Amino acid sequence: MRSRVRPNISFNEPLIFERSSPGKVAYQLPELDVPAADPLAALGPENTRSEIEDFPEVSEVEAIRHYTRLSTWNYAIEYGMYPLGSCTMKYNPRINELVARLDGLALTHPYRPEALAQGSMEIMARLQASLAEITGMDAVTLQPAAGAQGELTALLMIRALLASRGNPRRKVLIPDSAHGTNPASAAIAGYAVQNIKSNDAGMLDIAALEQSVTEDVAALMVTNPNTLGIFEENIVHAAEVLHARGALLYMDGANMNALMGIARPGDFGVDALHLNLHKTFSTPHGGGGPGAGPVAVKQSLEPFLPIPRLRSVGKKWAWDYERRHSIGRVRAFYGSFGVLVRALAYILAHGGPGLRKVTLDAVLNANYLRKKLEGVYELPYQSPTMHEVVFSDDRQARHGVRTGEIAKRLIDYGFHPYTVSFPLIVRGALMIEPTETETKHELDRYVEAMTQIAEEVENDPEIVKGAPHETRTSRVDEVAAARKPVLRWKPV
Amino acid sequence: MLDVIGAASVEDLFAHLPDAARLHRPLELPPGLSEYEIVRYFQDRASQNSTGFASFLGAGAYMHFRPVLVDTVVSRGEFLTSYTPYQAEISQGTLTTIFEFQTMMCQLTGMDVANASMYDGSTAMAEAAMMAVRITGKGRVLVSRAVHPEYRQVLRTYSVNQGMPVEEFGYAAEMGTLDLEDLDRKLDGLTGAVIVQSPNFFGIVERVREAAELAHERGALLILVFTEAVSLGILRPSVEADIVAGELQSFAIPPSYGGPYAGVIATHEKYIRQMPGRLVGQAVDSNGNRAFCLTLATREQHIRREKATSNICTNQALLALMAGVFMTVYGKHGLRELAEQNLAKSHYLAGKLRPRFCGKFFNEFAIQLEGKSPERVNRRLLRKKIIGGLPLGRFYPELADSVLLCATETSRRADMDTLAEVLA
Repeated sequence: MRSRVRPNISFNEPLIFERSSPGKVAYQLPELDVPAADPLAALGPENTRSEIEDFPEVSEVEAIRHYTRLSTWNYAIEYGMYPLGSCTMKYNPRINELVARLDGLALTHPYRPEALAQGSMEIMARLQASLAEITGMDAVTLQPAAGAQGELTALLMIRALLASRGNPRRKVLIPDSAHGTNPASAAIAGYAVQNIKSNDAGMLDIAALEQSVTEDVAALMVTNPNTLGIFEENIVHAAEVLHARGALLYMDGANMNALMGIARPGDFGVDALHLNLHKTFSTPHGGGGPGAGPVAVKQSLEPFLPIPRLRSVGKKWAWDYERRHSIGRVRAFYGSFGVLVRALAYILAHGGPGLRKVTLDAVLNANYLRKKLEGVYELPYQSPTMHEVVFSDDRQARHGVRTGEIAKRLIDYGFHPYTVSFPLIVRGALMIEPTETETKHELDRYVEAMTQIAEEVENDPEIVKGAPHETRTSRVDEVAAARKPVLRWKPV
Repeated sequence: MLDVIGAASVEDLFAHLPDAARLHRPLELPPGLSEYEIVRYFQDRASQNSTGFASFLGAGAYMHFRPVLVDTVVSRGEFLTSYTPYQAEISQGTLTTIFEFQTMMCQLTGMDVANASMYDGSTAMAEAAMMAVRITGKGRVLVSRAVHPEYRQVLRTYSVNQGMPVEEFGYAAEMGTLDLEDLDRKLDGLTGAVIVQSPNFFGIVERVREAAELAHERGALLILVFTEAVSLGILRPSVEADIVAGELQSFAIPPSYGGPYAGVIATHEKYIRQMPGRLVGQAVDSNGNRAFCLTLATREQHIRREKATSNICTNQALLALMAGVFMTVYGKHGLRELAEQNLAKSHYLAGKLRPRFCGKFFNEFAIQLEGKSPERVNRRLLRKKIIGGLPLGRFYPELADSVLLCATETSRRADMDTLAEVLA
């Protein structure tokens, strides 16, 4: 039991509203250096509010204790390994935080005159060029706020290109192993979704694809390596099939961590892809965001990129708003600049050789886990593993224990669960992505935990089913919460 | 590790990749840099931006002081480096702060529910429009020209392929508020949403109540947009709106050249199931203790795929946390005082100039530079280390002689005096 975690002191903490008492404050404002304005006169009584009912009233020390105590109720990368498949939870270098907070960058207003924003624009230009080289594409937009918005941006561009050729077409093909955002983005772009089945090797079924690519198909959205951690070995052929029939190949770049310096989407036929800077490029997940979802495209799609575009004018950078074919903008201003700074810092730190090393190590780690665990958990697909490996709970299900329960039990061993029940094509999936930042020591600890849990499933399944046991919060009843949603605090 | 795997080298692990897909040369990126070199690189870029200017820019991104506690809290690895809180048992920190955030957004907006955040105000507005269309079953969207121009552009991008024709209605040339007659003329039975912003792009408190009455008469929903969240500390919550979509950058999120920011959508209880984005709900754990979890996920893309209410997945959790800490630090009294300081500063500055519109304004207002070019005036101001207002001609050809000025609690009297001298 050496490998299990031990409980630490854990403070109780009420909601901030329950901590409040009248008159307490945590803020300081300077004395006004101008005369006060009477709100009733300036705004009119009809527009002015009375007090903000039940809003927090706490002191500074209460505020910091509140948030510090709450923070300790979280698991985080800085505590331990996060083997979440498809999420690429790697270490988030702290230097990224430092540079993104430099006053000259963080305090720059987006409508500053361009002459006073050249440093920010240079950062964006450098990041665009770096991402173009890494992906083998011709042009990059940094505007999309996250992967899903990148997908939408690219699909809108594909639609605009096809429309300019006379027919935007009606359908987008999506493999059954795809992320849920793919079909959701296709719907917003006005496309119907047609699913494509995977073959026994866990890859795109080329015969099925050939049959499905009709004059109605605008694009195939493929994740490569796919969500099984398998490289689509027929990708070049798939691109040829699509292109021969006037359709485009879109790649969900969520798994780019498996390809840097090894293979480039631009070289294997991809017309457009998005990247998740909060996955491959180490920007912190922040408990759910912010991310950034740059889109890289081939020349044919370049005219359709969102406005504004960076343009060099002599030795200066300028924003170009006059682009006739652009799909428009997908968000206000230019992009999640603070995230872009962090991603560029990561690219600068690694350089070309270092990024390739990242990929080698990520794939090495995943293959190591596969080998160590394939005797313990069922491996439904035998194809070579790239950056992540997917098992099924078949053997454990015979003892009545499912993937979700095994995942919860991992918590007692000090690990974040892997991705549960995804991709959908594997029954009871355990989707594991170690990333390159885990050491062999940590991987061995993880293997030990997974192995012990498998033994527990056979000998003492109840302990697994009731997990986690070592957390301050035990199993949460999510079904009841959804049945009668309570989405805000109210005074009793 | 290679022995365990049974491979001779790491390169072997890639041997199955088709040759045509392989990159046969090194990436053309320079070798890696040390920490010191990276800091230097970004310091150089920061000074290339040049600092030390007083700025009077607003227009959707505002210069407010960021309480020290904000970065202290969001720099904690537990918040910074955690994943989306799907595993409730080890994510109670994030879940609790989101639940508090949702509550505070409700308290400020007067709505029943608020989501856990959207990418920014502009996409929140577009998503709110899609939500209103789903609720009403009517596709046409009417948006005021006094709504942030870039937000309107985003709305067009999102709506163009969804059978959602977007039309604009004007603003009153004198008041700077929405043109109620124009809205009345254009509002027909096919319209599902009317979108107004308050304070609007010109900083003016909008006629939300009248717009809502008109919209409701014709069976449309009223969407209220805000870009300056500090105004919520002093303005009456517009409970007659059906959906509120806003930008929270003012709540301690650095301007950071336009992002990342955080949007939010709030609405009435009856529309919960049409909301986009993540929601945190109260629950109990198996020991009967209060706990929180992500809820109503059947609206979302990972469950519903192409039938989801939105394609959003990653949101802006850490920035919503910044906003939450900000709201906690300022609290009931501070947010009001902060709003009053903004009001005082902008009205001091406006008192020395002649605002272009006569509507009531919060911390932004337009002025007309009679006979002078805004660009030339701004160049003169730069020599005095002042970044002047936003020239409006870029978005409004009819206001080519006007600039939009913003004063916040960070604007100093001496700078405002200099600005007024040059502009007068």
